[in-house]
Amino acid sequence: MTKMNRISALFASATEPILNVYTTAGYPHLEDTMTVLNALQAGGVDIIEVGMPYSDPVADGETIQLSNQAALEQGMSVAHLFEQLKDMRKSITVPVLLMGYINPVLQYGVEAFCAKCAEVGVDGLILPDLPMVEYEASYREIFEKYGLFNILLITPQTNDERIRHIDSVSKGFIYMVSSASTTGAKTGISADQEVYFSRIAAMNLQNPRLIGFGISDHDSFVKASKNASGAIIGSAFVKMIAQAKDLSAEIVAFVQSIKGKN
Amino acid sequence: MSFNVDERGYYGNFGGAFIPEMLYPNVEELRSRYLDIIAEPSFQEEFHALLKDYVGRPTPLFKADRLSAKYNTNIYLKREDLCHTGAHKINNTIGQILVAKRLGKSKIVAETGAGQHGVATATVCALMGMECIVYMGAIDIERQAPNVARMRMLGAQVMPATSGSKTLKDATNEAMRHWINHPVDTHYIIGSVVGPHPYPDMVARFQAVISEEIRFQLQEKEGRDYPDYVIACVGGGSNAAGAFYHFLDEPRTALIAAEAAGLGVNSGHSAATTFLGKPGVLHGSKSLSMQTEDGQVIEPYSISAGLDYPGIGPMHAHLFESGRATFYGVTDEEALVAAVECSQLEGIIPALETAHALAVFERLQAKPNEIVVVNVSGRGDKDLATYQNRLKLND
Repeated sequence: MTKMNRISALFASATEPILNVYTTAGYPHLEDTMTVLNALQAGGVDIIEVGMPYSDPVADGETIQLSNQAALEQGMSVAHLFEQLKDMRKSITVPVLLMGYINPVLQYGVEAFCAKCAEVGVDGLILPDLPMVEYEASYREIFEKYGLFNILLITPQTNDERIRHIDSVSKGFIYMVSSASTTGAKTGISADQEVYFSRIAAMNLQNPRLIGFGISDHDSFVKASKNASGAIIGSAFVKMIAQAKDLSAEIVAFVQSIKGKN
Repeated sequence: MSFNVDERGYYGNFGGAFIPEMLYPNVEELRSRYLDIIAEPSFQEEFHALLKDYVGRPTPLFKADRLSAKYNTNIYLKREDLCHTGAHKINNTIGQILVAKRLGKSKIVAETGAGQHGVATATVCALMGMECIVYMGAIDIERQAPNVARMRMLGAQVMPATSGSKTLKDATNEAMRHWINHPVDTHYIIGSVVGPHPYPDMVARFQAVISEEIRFQLQEKEGRDYPDYVIACVGGGSNAAGAFYHFLDEPRTALIAAEAAGLGVNSGHSAATTFLGKPGVLHGSKSLSMQTEDGQVIEPYSISAGLDYPGIGPMHAHLFESGRATFYGVTDEEALVAAVECSQLEGIIPALETAHALAVFERLQAKPNEIVVVNVSGRGDKDLATYQNRLKLND
């Protein structure tokens, strides 16, 4: 019935580390969303994670908070985002995830939201404040009906039993948070973190993993990718586009520099 | 129907623990241990000894004769304003710091709006020799300078929340972020019956001492252990949760909640969540909250900083939805009138929060033989600047 989810297809065929870049929708300017997406793809990004701005993003550090606030002040909303993304699949071929907080999804209506995601070609969701137990009880059926992958997080404090459970519920990949922190709080990868990465790698989980939080440049991307299928960059990218003079060109250059292709 | 929390952490349709995975181990540790810890005899002994000798409990239940005469009924004031630090908030911080100690935590983080919970937290941290960080909205830091000074005098570090609207909800976000960044050695003392399960239930249990005392005090004074009405103000709802707790399943007691209607429920400057809110997730639980159509949290307004919160605890959302409690919206003006009335009829200057609860007598129409208990959640010292300004006391 539905085609193979683009995320599964990507992980099945990838030969190099996967780069997932987070960007805040409606930022730096309200109507920049598609410009940013197209430039990310042109630069060679493998997955695009589009942040739905929220007034109270508790899992995010200052950089992403401020971008959320700016986008909301410019008039961004979930409904407007779907409007911006409606012809996305005319140009974007890479997997697209929506990341955000559960309350705006609840207000849009969970089923209506998922239907709209499927309609515009979104492949998965990252909703950090939707815990696994709630997902399994009330959301999983709806997400699956619309072919959406729910990406769950693990952290250095997540115990093995829970990691196994998360692995069994996950589809696509597991978002491995590199340290106990909010986004953008720390940069670089320490020796302790590498121990954590290899501990999880040794668990032989059924899902591949992408490592996020603290990844900001080529060096940290390469380090993280040694113990996972790839990595996720958020705050460093948002910081860059906040100051970009030539948005598209600088995004292409940024992605290439992370991947080590310039 | 049950009005207490169920094993999934829900009150009817409200509650749960909507938290990022980064907070899961901390919240889960608390959830799996709080009931056992609270039940330990050594905990109970230490908790009650501190409530008695440090907080000054039991607080009096005072028959307010002149207010009773004015409204032609029997009005009792539950004097939480006489607690150490000036409000009921310390009942909860004493309980939580004892839990934190038993969880092996060495540092405390808290949020505060007007500063009352921040002061109560800084107080118990000083008492227990624990490091204390209090997040407070940058705007609140400016408008609540005396409480900022108190917290600093007590040795706490006051951190400005500079994100969003720079008030209580943002201070709560920052405290949660701090906890995410310091998961191992820190306990987060939430100040109200909000947040992820088990916080609403744990805070309600610590505040429940209020209704426990009302029961035996009424038995002594009136020969029956329940009133016809219990009135309390509701921001997040901790004093109301405590005042209602032992009467939740007492059908003869009507539960009355006073919300801050600000300049009027429909004025666009209000904090009356049950009138204006919709079901949603805020600060880790599903409840009623004030929000835009897009699900963005709306900054509320009230003259009272303690009621100026865009949500209510999940227990109160359930009491509202089930009809077990009756909610009234009380405007700034009505609260000010009630504050003057209580001051001049009873010689008790109430906190602005409490003044909202004192403003519903007229609407209540209690009968001459009925008993009304109002929870006087805090004293008015902290609000003197507002009273001076709004009541022209210096002219």
